[in-house]
Order: sequence, then structure tokens, then C-alpha cells
Amino acid sequence: MKRYTTTAIVLHWLMALLILAMLTLGHYMHDLKLSPLKLQLYSYHKWAGVSLLLLAVLRIVWRLTHKPPELVLPCWQQVASSSVHGLLYLLFIAMPLSGWLMSSAKGIQTIWFGLIPLPDMVEKNEALGHLLGKVHGSLSSLLLLLIGLHIAAALKHQFIDRDQLLSRILPGKSSKGKLP
Amino acid sequence: MNMIKIALPALLLFASSVQAVEYGTFQMNQSALNFAYKQMGVPMQGKFKQFSAQIAFDPAKPGNARAHIDVNLASIDTGSTDANEEVAGKLWFDAKTYPLASFVSSGVKAAGGNNYQVSGKLSIKGKTLDIVTPVTIKTDGKRAIIDGSFNIKRLAYGIGTGEWADLSTVADDVQIVFHLIVFAAPVIPSSTH
Ligand code: HEM
Ligand code: HEM
Repeated sequence: MKRYTTTAIVLHWLMALLILAMLTLGHYMHDLKLSPLKLQLYSYHKWAGVSLLLLAVLRIVWRLTHKPPELVLPCWQQVASSSVHGLLYLLFIAMPLSGWLMSSAKGIQTIWFGLIPLPDMVEKNEALGHLLGKVHGSLSSLLLLLIGLHIAAALKHQFIDRDQLLSRILPGKSSKGKLP
Repeated sequence: MNMIKIALPALLLFASSVQAVEYGTFQMNQSALNFAYKQMGVPMQGKFKQFSAQIAFDPAKPGNARAHIDVNLASIDTGSTDANEEVAGKLWFDAKTYPLASFVSSGVKAAGGNNYQVSGKLSIKGKTLDIVTPVTIKTDGKRAIIDGSFNIKRLAYGIGTGEWADLSTVADDVQIVFHLIVFAAPVIPSSTH
């Protein structure tokens, strides 16, 4: 079975790891009581989130210039997978963007790795900050749901359909010849 | 008619500004006491919502000027409720034990034009240290507008001890920025509450 390009595979797994870490970190830090650790984690979350925004742009540019390897799937699976993938790409942008705007609205600028200040695109505004916080949280729940579906589908292909689809995105030798 | 409406207050203003006046009626609701600091390298701002001041300033005798300012530390607004509660607590201001910070001037020196050097004692959380701050004072016969800013080291006052003593999270330097409005007598009614 034909595989994704190495670049696509690296971006897939790097972003997958970072996003799962961000979802965990986001909830963990939110529940902490105010402490230096909390302030540090908020900064790290913001820095990693901005890095993910850059990775997302890279990944989308790569995806638009490199068609994924051909794949024949039943029609409903085609529709389901392209919808979930499309929404995931949207959230790769919307998640960090809502975080960035929320930080501006809350009056805490984002300075990437303490070095590069991002412009505040909205003014400090408590109500807006609160709203964007809700948006950021809701988007993260949607993201988690889609990732759940995505992983369930991958596991179904691997263990129920046994169609080697997973090998398309796994690192390693090309599995030519194993399947038609 | 219109001419008179405009000309009359202008004349009065002019007349009063040439007389010697002493400014002494502090206007809380037009004044501001802000602070700025860095948190994880990010510039942050906040303010105190309640403070009172006794100020006497005569432009003809700046050396005699006096100021006594009391700040209600629990009235701090850092921009987040969590942080407001935290900084009122024991490790920061310990506002239950030390509700007020105060500044008492000890000397005022003219520094050319509208500029002055004010020295005095700043007391916070039971510690008193000497500070000097540049101040500009503009007067128009009705009010004196007093502006200035100075830096303090928060740890010198024991503000933010324990786990918060880590200066890489919340920096030691805190800039205090004040904007005080003091009216000339007679008293002008101010707030409605
Ligand atoms: C945070 C976690 C993850 C995210 C955000 C994510 C996102 C994505 C996206 C957007 C694609 C579409 C690539 C394209 O444009 O064609 C994709 C493909 C894929 N992902 Fe994930 N993924 C995640 C985790 C996983 C995991 C844990 C697995 C395996 C259990 C997996 C298996 C796959 C497979 C097999 C494909 C290729 C689908 C195909 O062949 O068309 N992903 N992933
Ligand atoms: C893919 C990127 C991101 C993911 C997956 C993510 C995920 C999350 C999650 C799950 C939470 C906890 C939500 C809650 O408990 O309500 C959270 C909170 C937060 N995120 Fe993100 N985030 C991302 C990017 C960003 C970025 C780029 C910023 C800012 C520049 C940011 C700023 C914040 C802030 C300030 C909070 C705390 C909100 C609060 O405590 O009220 N996030 N994030």
C-alpha cells in the first residue's frame, strides 16, 4: 500500500503528540490554583500552541501541494474521513487562534518563547476574554471528539478490516507487495 | 451671546491663574494609581481603586509642599479575580494585617519648569523605605495635575514571598505610576456615593 510522504508522516505524528499534550496540559493548568507553576505552564502552553499554529500552516501548505496516496474506500467512509480530516485541519488553525485572541482580550500578551511578541489583535476586554475562553474550551472538546473518532476509525481499519491502512501513515519501510 | 458664554469662563480662568493659590483638595475620582510589572516576561498592568491623599502645593513655595497618600491595598485590580485574591493574601500584601500602604513626603525640590523631585518614606507591609520620585505638576488656577512614576523592588518590602520569591515568574521591579488631581480651595463637591 502506498504511503504518505515522509514530511506528511513526520508532521502527522509530531502534531498528534503535541496536540494530545496540549489538551492534557490545558485542562491540568486550568484546574491549578494560582501559583508560579500555573503562570509558567500557561506560558509554555501558549508558546507550544503558537508553534502548533506554524506547524499547521506548514502542514496545510504541504497537503495542498502533495496529494495523499490514492485509496479506494466505500463511499460513506470516504465522506466520513474527508469530513473529519477537514474539520481537524480547521481546528489546527482555530484552536491556537482562539487562544491567541483570548490572551489579548484578557490583557496578557503572548510573547513566543519570551522572545517574539505577537501583536494583540483585539483590545483588552473582560467580557470578550471570557467568551473567547469558552470558545477555546468548546473547540478543544470538539477536537478531542474528532480525535477519538479518528483513532477509532484507524483501529477499525487495523484490527477489523485488517487492510493495512495504518501503514500509510506509519514510519518505516514501504509495505509494497504485502497488499494489492 | 455665544461670545460671552465662551469669553466669561476663559476670563475667570485667566483671572484665577494669576493669583497665588494653594492646591489642597484631592479629587479621588479623577486621580489614578497604576502599577506595571513583568510576569513571565510579559508586561502587565494594574491599578488601585481606592486611595486617599492629603496634598498641599503652592506653586510660589514648592519647597513647602507636602503629601501624604494612603492606599487601600485590598482595592487592587490586577485584571483577574484570582490574582486579586492572591495578592491580598499573606504571601503578598497580607492586607488583613497591613491594610494600608502609605507615602509621606519629606522634601520637595524644584527641578526646573514644572518638574520637581519629591522624596519621602514609602511604607508597605510594615516596612518603611526611602524613595525619591520625579514629579511634574501643572496648574491652571483651578487644579493641580500631578504626574510621576518611580520603581520599587517588591521583595524589598516582602511582597510576594515563599514560592512567589522566584523572580523569573513575577519580576522584582514594579513601576508605580500616579496621576493626582488636586483642586484649589474652595471644596468642589466630588463623588455622589
Ligand atoms: C492528536 C491526534 C491526531 C490528529 C490531530 C490526527 C490528524 C490527522 C489528519 C488531519 C489526517 C489527514 C491526513 C490527510 O490530509 O490525508 C490524518 C491521517 C491519518 N491518521 Fe491521524 N491524527 C491523530 C492521531 C492519529 C493516531 C493515534 C492514529 C493511529 C492510531 C492515526 C492514524 C491516521 C491514519 C492511518 C491516517 C491516514 C488516513 C488515510 O490513509 O487516508 N492518527 N490524521
Ligand atoms: C492546538 C493548540 C491548542 C490546544 C489543543 C489548546 C487546548 C487547551 C485546553 C484543552 C484548555 C483548557 C480549557 C478549559 O479548561 O476550559 C486550554 C486553555 C487555555 N489555552 Fe489553549 N490550546 C491551544 C493553543 C493555545 C494558544 C496558542 C494559546 C495562547 C496563545 C492558548 C491559551 C490558552 C489559555 C490562556 C488557556 C486558559 C484559559 C483559562 O484558564 O481560562 N491556547 N487550551
